[in-house]
Amino acid sequence: MHPTSRSSKWFAALETALPKIVVAPSFMVMVVFIYGFILWTLYLSMTRSSFLPSYDFVGLAQYAKLWRIERWGVAVRNLLIYGGLFIFFCTLFGLLLAIFLDQKIRIEGALRTVYLYPLALSFVVTGTAWKWLLNPGLGIERLVREWGWSTFTFDWLVTSEMSIYCVVIAAVWQSTGFVMAMFLAGLRGIDDAIIKAAQVDGASLPRIYHKIIIPSLRPVFFSTFIILMHIAIKSFDLVVVLTRGGPGYASDLPATFMYSYAFTRGRLALGAASAMMMFFMVMAVIVPYLYSELRRKQHA
Amino acid sequence: MPDTSRPSQREIAGRLLIYGVLLLFVLYFLLPLLVMVITSIKSMEEIRTGNLISLPRHPTIEPWIKAWSYATIGVTNEGIKGFFWNSIRMVIPAVLISTLIGALNGYVLAKWRFRGSDTFFAMLLLGCFIPFQVILLPMARTLGFLGLAESFWGLVLVHIIYGLAFTTLFFRNYYVAVPDELVKAARIDGAGFFRIFLRIMLPISKPIFMVTIIWQTTQIWNDFLFGVCFSTGATQPITVALNNLVNTSSSVKEYNVDMAGAIIAALPTLFVYFVAGKYFVRGLTAGAVKG
Amino acid sequence: MLRNVKWIIVVSVLAITFVANATAGEVEVLHWWTSGGEAAAVQELQKMLQNEGHTWRDFAVAGGAGANAMTALKSRAVSGNPPTAAQVKGPQIQEWAALGVLTNLDDVAQAENWDKLVPGVVADIMKYEGHWVAVPVNVHRINWLWCNPAVFQKAGAQYPKTWDEFFAACEKIQKAGLIPVGFGGQAWQEATAWESIVAGVGGTDFYKKTLIQADEQALASDTMVKALDIFKRIKPYTDRNAPGRDWNLATTMVIKGEAAMQFMGDWAKGEFTAAGKLPGKDYDALTVPGTADAFLFNVDSFIMFEVKDPAAKAAQKAMARLILSPDFQVAFNVSKGSIPVRAGIAETPFDAVAIASMKDFEATAKSGGLMPSMAHEMAVSPAVRGAMFDVITNFYNSDMSAADAAQKLADAVREAKM
Repeated sequence: MHPTSRSSKWFAALETALPKIVVAPSFMVMVVFIYGFILWTLYLSMTRSSFLPSYDFVGLAQYAKLWRIERWGVAVRNLLIYGGLFIFFCTLFGLLLAIFLDQKIRIEGALRTVYLYPLALSFVVTGTAWKWLLNPGLGIERLVREWGWSTFTFDWLVTSEMSIYCVVIAAVWQSTGFVMAMFLAGLRGIDDAIIKAAQVDGASLPRIYHKIIIPSLRPVFFSTFIILMHIAIKSFDLVVVLTRGGPGYASDLPATFMYSYAFTRGRLALGAASAMMMFFMVMAVIVPYLYSELRRKQHA
Repeated sequence: MPDTSRPSQREIAGRLLIYGVLLLFVLYFLLPLLVMVITSIKSMEEIRTGNLISLPRHPTIEPWIKAWSYATIGVTNEGIKGFFWNSIRMVIPAVLISTLIGALNGYVLAKWRFRGSDTFFAMLLLGCFIPFQVILLPMARTLGFLGLAESFWGLVLVHIIYGLAFTTLFFRNYYVAVPDELVKAARIDGAGFFRIFLRIMLPISKPIFMVTIIWQTTQIWNDFLFGVCFSTGATQPITVALNNLVNTSSSVKEYNVDMAGAIIAALPTLFVYFVAGKYFVRGLTAGAVKG
Repeated sequence: MLRNVKWIIVVSVLAITFVANATAGEVEVLHWWTSGGEAAAVQELQKMLQNEGHTWRDFAVAGGAGANAMTALKSRAVSGNPPTAAQVKGPQIQEWAALGVLTNLDDVAQAENWDKLVPGVVADIMKYEGHWVAVPVNVHRINWLWCNPAVFQKAGAQYPKTWDEFFAACEKIQKAGLIPVGFGGQAWQEATAWESIVAGVGGTDFYKKTLIQADEQALASDTMVKALDIFKRIKPYTDRNAPGRDWNLATTMVIKGEAAMQFMGDWAKGEFTAAGKLPGKDYDALTVPGTADAFLFNVDSFIMFEVKDPAAKAAQKAMARLILSPDFQVAFNVSKGSIPVRAGIAETPFDAVAIASMKDFEATAKSGGLMPSMAHEMAVSPAVRGAMFDVITNFYNSDMSAADAAQKLADAVREAKM
C-alpha cells in the first residue's frame, strides 16, 4: 500500500487521522456528559438550590457551611480510614489469590467463581446477611460463645468507634474477587518464556515473582488503584444497608452524606458542594499518581 | 509452572500452604452466602422463633418459588421473573457496545498515541470520580431533551457512557504491555489500523475481555440508581424489582423470600462469570507473540 | 431550573393532549408500597380505578421510606415527564405545589365534602394556599408503646402511665433478667421514640412549638433538656446489640418475650398479627407515658401533576375521589394496618388497636392533641428534620450532655432554616 495515486494519498491521510476519529465520539461524550455535568454541579454548589435546582448565585457560602457541619467532618475522616484500608486489603488479597490461583490449581474455575460471586449479589440483600453475621447478638460473636469461648467479643458493628471497620470487612469481601480477576488477567498476559528463562538461571519462584512478575504488573496495579478508589469513594449501599451510617452517624461516608443532603433533605446546593469536595479530594490523590504513571510510560 | 518431576518436601509444603490459603478465603467468601441460603429455605415461622443464622429444622423451597413466581411487587403478584428479561435485554447491548468502544479506545491510547491522547485518557479517568448521584438531574434533563427519557435506549446509553472510562482503562493498560515492535512490524508489512487491531490485538485480548465483561456486566446488572431514575413501571430492571420486593416501609418483612430473590437475581451474573471464566487462559504465550 | 421544570412539564403535557383517548384515562402512579400488605392495599385502589374504566400504570420504587421514590420523582420532573400521580407526604407537598405544577382538586373536595370529613390539621397539610392539591390516604399513630404483658407479669412490673412509673418498671424488668426496651438504633427509630417523649414530657403545646414550628428558643429550653434526659435514660434499659437493628427485629424481641416494650408506630401491629398474637391477650398497645391526649400522626398522601388531557384528568379526579371513598378507606387501611383518614367509617372490620386509635383520632382532632409527626416527615421541612435527626442520633450515641444537645438542636435548626 504505497501512496502513489491521489486516492491512496487521501487514504493515507485517513489512515493517520483514523486513531483520532475512533476516539472522537468518546471524547465528545466525555466533554458533555462528564465535564459538562461537573461544571453544572460546580455551579449548582454556588447557588441556593434547595429541593430542585435554582440558579441564584451565592458564591462559596455552601462550602463554608459544609465544613461547619460536624457530620461532614466525620464522613471525610471515615473515608480516609475506610478508603485506605479497603484499597490496601483488596489489593493485597487480590494479588495473593491471583498468584496462588496461577499455580496450576486443580479447582481453579470453581475457586475463581467463589471469589467473584460477591460481586454478583445486590448488596441491598447481602447487606442484611452481613449485618446479622456482624451483630454480636446474632452472628459470629454468639456463635463463638456458643462453642465455648464465653468471653469472645466481636462487637464492632454496634460500637461507634469501630463500625466503620465493619464496612471495610464487607467491602473487601465484595471487591477482592474483581481485583483477583484483574491480576489474574495480568499474570496470564505475561510471557511464560520469561519465567522459564529465569528458572533456568536458578531463581526461586518467590524471587521470580518479587523481581520480575510483580514489577511487570505495574499497569494492573494502576488499574486496580483507580477502580478501587472509584469504588471506595462511591460506596453507598454498603453503608446504607450495613450500618445506616450508625451508630449515630459514626460510619457515615461522603457519598451517603451527599445523597442524603441533595435528595432526601432538599439541600441540593449543599449536596453539590459536598460532591465537588469529594471530587477535589480524589483529584488531590489521583492527579499526581496519574501524572507520574503516564510520564513514566513516555520515557520508557 | 515449576518443574515437578520430583516434588521436594519444600514444594509439598508450599502446595499445602497455597491450598490452605485459598480455602481459608473460600470460607470468608462463602459465609454470607451460607447465611442467605439457610435463611432462604426456612419458613417465616422458624425465622421468627429461632436464631437467625441457625440451620433450618424444616427446609422448604417455598420462598424460592414465591420470589420467582408469585411474590407481590407493586401492583403485580408475579414475582421477579418478568423483570429478568428487562435486565438481560438492557445488559447485552450496553456491555457489548461499551466493551468494544473501550477496546478500540484502549488500542488507540496504547499504540497510536497522538498529541493530547494522554491528557484525554487522564481526563476520562478523572471524570468518573464525580459521584453518579449528582449527575442524575442533568442527565434526566439531557435525556428529556434527546427524547430518550424513560426509554429503553436512554438507559442503555447512560450505562454505555459511564462505562467507557473503565473499559478504556482496562484495555489501554493491557495493550500497553504488548510490545510496540509487534505493531511496528505489522505496519511495515502494510497492515492498517483496523487490520492490526483485528489480527494482532484481538487474538491476545481474551483475559482482558473477560475482566471487562465481568466488570461491565456486574456494574450494569447491579445498577439501581440509574435504573430507578431512567426507567419506569414494566420496563424496570431486576434490581429495582428486587428492591421493591425486599423493601417495605411498614409491612411484615419476609427475609426468606428476600434472600431467595437476591440469589435468583444474581444467577445470570454468576453464569457469566462461570462461562467467561474459561477464556481466562494464558493469552500472551510465547507462540502468540512470535507468530 | 424551578421555572424551567414547570415549563417542561406544561409543554410535555400539551403534547400528550393530542394523543390520548378522551373517555378512559390512564394514571401513572409513583408509590413505594411495593410489597406485602402495603402492596395488597394499593392493589385495591388499582382495581377500583379499573372498574371505572381507567388504567393504572404502576411506577413502584421502594426503599428508604420513600427516599428513592422522591429521587426518581425529581429526575422524572426534570426530564419533563412526571408521572400523573405520586405518593408525596408532608411539607414536601407545599414544595411541589409552589412550582405550580399540581392539579387543583377543589372540585372533587367540594363534591365529596372533604373539608367536613378530614380533620383540619390533616387538611392543612394537603392544601396549598387554601386549595386542595393532595389526597390523604391513611393515618398511622406514632406514639405507641408496645408491651408484652407476660414479661411485665414475670418481673412483677406495672404498665406505666408516667415517666417515673416507666423507669420503675424498667428497673424491675432488668432485675428479672429481661430487656426492658426492645430498641432499634437507627436514626429514624431514635427520632420516633424521642418525639413521643417530647410530647409526653412537654405536652402538646410544647411539641407544637418545638417540632412543628421549630422554634429555636423552645428547642434550647429547659423542658427540652428534660425530654432529652429522659430519652437518654432509656438507653441503659436497651441491650447493647441495638445499634442498627431493624424495627421489626425489635418487635420480634417483644413478641418472643425477650423484651418488654417497644416505642413504635402502629405498623408494629402487623408483626404481632403475623406471629399469631392477639391484642389485649398476648400484647398491649399503650400510649407513650404522658401522651394519652396526644396523637402524633403519619399520613400518606398522593399529589397529582397537572395534565391537560381531559381523559387523564378525569382519571386523576376519579383516583382522588376513590381514595377517600368509604369502601377504599376500609379495604386499604385494614390491609395496611392503619386507620381511615376520614370520618364516618364503621369500626366493625378493624381490630381493637385500630378502633382505639380511631376514637383517639376523632377526640384529639377536637382537643388539639392531633399533631403531625416530625420523625415521619409530616411536620417540618426535610432540611430541618435532617438537622434534628443528626443531633438526636449523635446525642443518643455519644456522651453529649442533654444541655449541649438542646443547644446544638437549636443551632442546627437555625442553620437548616437559612
